[in-house]
Formats: sequence, C-alpha cells, structure tokens
Amino acid sequence: MNDELLNLLAGVVRNATPLVIASMGETITERAGVVNLSLDGSIILAAMTAFVVSFLTQNLALGILCAMLVGGLVALIIVVADIELKQDQVAVGFVLTLLCASLAQFWGQDFAREAGLVIPHFPVPFLGSIPIVGDIFFDHDPTVYFSYILVFGTWYWLFRTSPGLAHRAIGERPEAAFARGTQVNRMRYVYTVVGGMLVGLAGAAYSLNLKPGWSTPPNMRGDGWIALAIVIFGGWHPMRVLIGAYLFAGLRSMSSIIQRSDTGFPVTLLNALPWLLMLATLITVSSGLLERLLNILPRSIQQSLRPFLRSDSPAALGRRFDP
Amino acid sequence: MKTRVVLIQLLAVIASIILSLSISALLLVGIGRNPIEVVQVIWDGSFSDLSRLAGVFNFWIPFTLASLGLVVTFRAGLWNIGVEGQMMFGAIFASGVALFVDAPSIVTIPLAFISAMFGGLLWAVGVGLLKTRLGVHEIFGGVALNALANVFTNFLVSNLWSPAGGNALDTGPFPPHALLPEFSSTFTTNLTLILLVLLSFIVLTVALWGSRWGLELKATGKNARSALLLGVPTERISLSAFAICGILAGIAGAYRVLFTFDTLRPLVSGGIGFLAILVVLLVNHQVILIPFITFIFAAVMFGSTRLKIRMQLDSSLAEVLQGLLVLLVMLSSGLRKRIESMRQTG
Repeated sequence: MNDELLNLLAGVVRNATPLVIASMGETITERAGVVNLSLDGSIILAAMTAFVVSFLTQNLALGILCAMLVGGLVALIIVVADIELKQDQVAVGFVLTLLCASLAQFWGQDFAREAGLVIPHFPVPFLGSIPIVGDIFFDHDPTVYFSYILVFGTWYWLFRTSPGLAHRAIGERPEAAFARGTQVNRMRYVYTVVGGMLVGLAGAAYSLNLKPGWSTPPNMRGDGWIALAIVIFGGWHPMRVLIGAYLFAGLRSMSSIIQRSDTGFPVTLLNALPWLLMLATLITVSSGLLERLLNILPRSIQQSLRPFLRSDSPAALGRRFDP
Repeated sequence: MKTRVVLIQLLAVIASIILSLSISALLLVGIGRNPIEVVQVIWDGSFSDLSRLAGVFNFWIPFTLASLGLVVTFRAGLWNIGVEGQMMFGAIFASGVALFVDAPSIVTIPLAFISAMFGGLLWAVGVGLLKTRLGVHEIFGGVALNALANVFTNFLVSNLWSPAGGNALDTGPFPPHALLPEFSSTFTTNLTLILLVLLSFIVLTVALWGSRWGLELKATGKNARSALLLGVPTERISLSAFAICGILAGIAGAYRVLFTFDTLRPLVSGGIGFLAILVVLLVNHQVILIPFITFIFAAVMFGSTRLKIRMQLDSSLAEVLQGLLVLLVMLSSGLRKRIESMRQTG
C-alpha cells in the first residue's frame, strides 16, 4: 500500500471522528425516544466554549469538560420542555439550534482567529506500530481512540446488556417498559443528557483538534445536520452509524483531492457533494429501497441481516410518555 | 373564566419578554457593555429618521412574506426549514432575468418577479416531493436543499455569472432598468411591495379562515391519517402548502436582490427565513399577529446592524434576544398549562 492511500484513509478516520461522536450521542438519545434536534447549534456553542475556556485558562481538560456541560445543558432544556412542560421536542430543538449558534457568535466575537490549545497527537504504543492498520487507526489523537471505544461500548450496551435492553424498550414500547418496572421518564432524562454531553464533546473535537480555533461563521456549520442524518441512515445502529460517518468523511477527503488535482471542475460545486450524499442516503433508507433490496436476498441471509439493515425509527421516537 | 385565561396568557408573554430582555442585558454586562447604550443605538438605528424607517420596511417586506408562507406550511404540520433555500432560488431566478433580459422596467421587473415565484416554487415543491414520494422528512430535505441553493449561488457568483474582472463577491450591479424604484430619496423603500405584502396578508387570512382549503390544511396538520380517511387529499394539500410558501419566499428573495442589494451575492436570504420560523412559532400559527410581530423583529434586526459600527458589538445580539424570547414563551406556556392542570387535579 502506498503512503498516499494510507494518508487518505487515516485522514478519513480523523475527519469522521467528531461526526462519529456526535451521531453516537444522538443515537443514544433517540434510542430512548427523544429527539435532540439542536445538534447544529449545540455543536457550535460547545466548540466555542471549549476553545474560549481552554484559551483563557490554558487548561485543555477544563475546556473539554465545559463543552460537555454545555451540550448536556442544552439537552436538558429539551427533555425538561418535553417531559415536564409538554412542549414539542422538534420545536424546542429547532429554536435551540438557532439560539446556540447566535450565542456562540456573540460570545466568541472577541476570540475569533486567536491561536489556542490543541489536543496533542498521541500514537498508541505497540498498536500504532502495526503496519497499515496502525497507520490508519492508531496514529491519531485521543479523541479518535475515544470514538472507537464509544461505538463499541454503545453497541455492547444496547444489544448485550440488560439495562441496554431496557434503554431500547423505552424508545420502542415505553408502556411495556414501564409495566416491567423501568422508570421511563427518569431514564429519558439520563440518556438525553448523556447524549447531549457527547454532542458537546464532538464540538470540542472540532475546535480543539480537527478545525482548531474559532471563526465567524464557524467552519463546522452544517455538520450537526449531517450528524442527525447519519443517525437515520445508520438505522439507529451504532455500527451502521459509524459506517455512515466514515462514508461522509471519505467523500469529503475525495472532494478535497479533486480540488487539489486541478481537473477544471468548478471547485465551488464540490461543496454540494455531502448534501447530495445526505439526500441519497435518506432516500435509500426512507423510501423502502433498502427493504426491497433485502427481500431479493436468500431467506437465511435476510434473517441475519435484518436487524442490521432495518430502517424504521424507534417506534416511540418523539412521542411523549405520560405514566 | 375566559378573560382570566387570556389575561394569564398575556402575562406569561410579558414575563417572557422581560426575562429575555434581562438575560440579554446580563450577557452585555457580562462582557462589560452598557445595555442601555445598546438599546439607544438600536432605537436610533431604526427610527432616528425617515431613511432608517425605510430600512426597517425593507427588512420587513421579505421577512413578512416568508412568515406568511410559513404559516401555511405550519398549518399543514410541515416544518418548512427549506424556506431559506426557497428565498435563495427566488433571488437566483430574479437575478437571471435582471442580468439577461434587456427590456424596459415595465417588462423586466414583473418578469423578474414571476420568474422568482417560479424559482421559489420549484425549490419548495422539491422538498414536498422528497417528503410525499420518497419519505424524506421535510426538515432534512429542507436543510439539504438550503445548502444546495447556497452552493449554487456561490457557483453563479464566482463562476458562471461572475462579471468580467469581477471581485467574485457578487454578480456586479444589475442594470438600472431591472431595479425596483424607490418611493423617494428620503423614504427609500418600495410602496408597491408593501401593498403586496398587505394584500397577501389579507388574502391568506381569509383563505385560512374561510375556505375549504384552509380547513383541509388544518385537518392535515392536526392528524394527517384521519384527515386522509375522511377524504382530504393530504398529499395534494401538503404540496399546495409548500407551493404557496415557495412562491411567497420567491418574491421575498427577489426583493432582496432587486431592491436591497441590487446584485446577487452569497447568503442573500441573510437568515430571514430562519427568523421567520421563530416568528411563526412565537405567534403559534396565528396569522393575524404576523405583520405586527415581524415589524418589531425587523426594527430590532435592522437597528442592531449599527451595533458593529457604533459599539464594535456583533449584531448576533439581536438574534440571541429573539431566540431567547421564543424559547421562553414556549417554556412559559408549558409551565402555565402545568400549573393549571395541577390546580385542577390538586
């Protein structure tokens, strides 16, 4: 394998990491039946917070922590509005999307284009020296390694543990979960806030690592929407969500290669690619295309693939539960 | 009893206004600025003379058009976030006519507006068909089509319609025969468009209240499945809602390029569409309140553009204030209902 290809693949992994973390947070939230629509705003606000706090205190960990608190707080507003105040999750989430982005612009105005702290590069000892795999997966910074643990951990939690089973149940059939003794609304609080904190961490992964610093307009704008679409494309399954995030990052890396290679293709039009991919993936899962593909396959393969390829949302997603 | 409910509702709104103003003031104090000075600058920025007031109207015209369109889609239960892209496409289509049709104003301008309506319609029905035919939720369809409209504008500005020796920041000023005239040199706004906004407002109010279509729209929004069972053609109703919103957004986009900027440039909608969504959420789909609320918001938005020059303060403050207000109104209406239901049961 040549170096250029290795660099490309390692770049895909690095670029995908904030998307992986954010969409995994949203998967956790939506599996519990709550939609946190605010991602495109809360990532930006968390990114600004991480940058400004670490810049002012010269403490990286404090910046990351504050970003996670911001993400958790925004999620808390949504879940309180839903459960206690009976307000529409989508409406509150959308207002918060706009509000968080404006707040970030307002608070960040004096810090634009400053040079701040950056999460240091840290190749994993031993694993990093494996040829090819080490270069692609283990020659990064800690946020990337955290994303691996997060994806595997979320999958294990949801599909291999009994509290994970209850977690899925409150998103699918909250009445049944309640009858079996699960505190549905209390657990929705927990999963929404945990998901929101991961969204905040994704923001920090942008401003302290992938796209260091702060600018107006923020350069991660739009990625929150892409993360939300990845969750749908991923069928709320952690592994498929991971594939979705890598697919988007791969497309971005490819378009930046085309940009450099001077093919005469208008560079500005390349920015359309992620959005076209977003539409294409959503059409694939939402229009029943995937289901039809699945039906062509032999029955034995169908059965093993069905849980992985399902495209319905959690049945109680966005629905309020009143015990 | 009824008057008491209205009174409590009004009180909740007033409390939300005071609270959002106080939080914004605290934000300002937090970064060492004087909130009273900010209010003064915004007020002067909007009302200090006739030309500033005209500026408020120039913001109000596209803003109200977009809000009126959004009332229609929200009535049908549709989250038309794509309104930004629909404005951009209106602007693009109007710009095409302005740049390439060489005819007297009396032909060019109406043609530009008709073309803009078609552009907005096209982009709105795109979101609609993605939803009704392909199952893509309108929020995601809208976000994607907004981004695509933005990419396409950038492409036109920097490439296809870039003027010879241009700066790639806009398409260069349109020829004078394609520009909307000003009412006077002091009151620099366009009265025909103000009348058009008021006319759309009246027609829509009547149509939403008094027509079969308005009723079907509401039924679709309340519960699409039972509406369908009762014989409402929900798919056609949804598409008609998108179409009307697209047409109004298209006119709004045309006004931005044919009057406000005199040229096509990136981000021509300037967030007006998103702000319009906030307004519609704030008035809870009550069309009758729209022109008044949009006027207040327009004054705050236009006035705050002066903050940058006068106080080196980012104008996003106005957006923070409005976002806070809408959030607090939602939360307080929830709180009110909660207290009422607690009183009933307890």
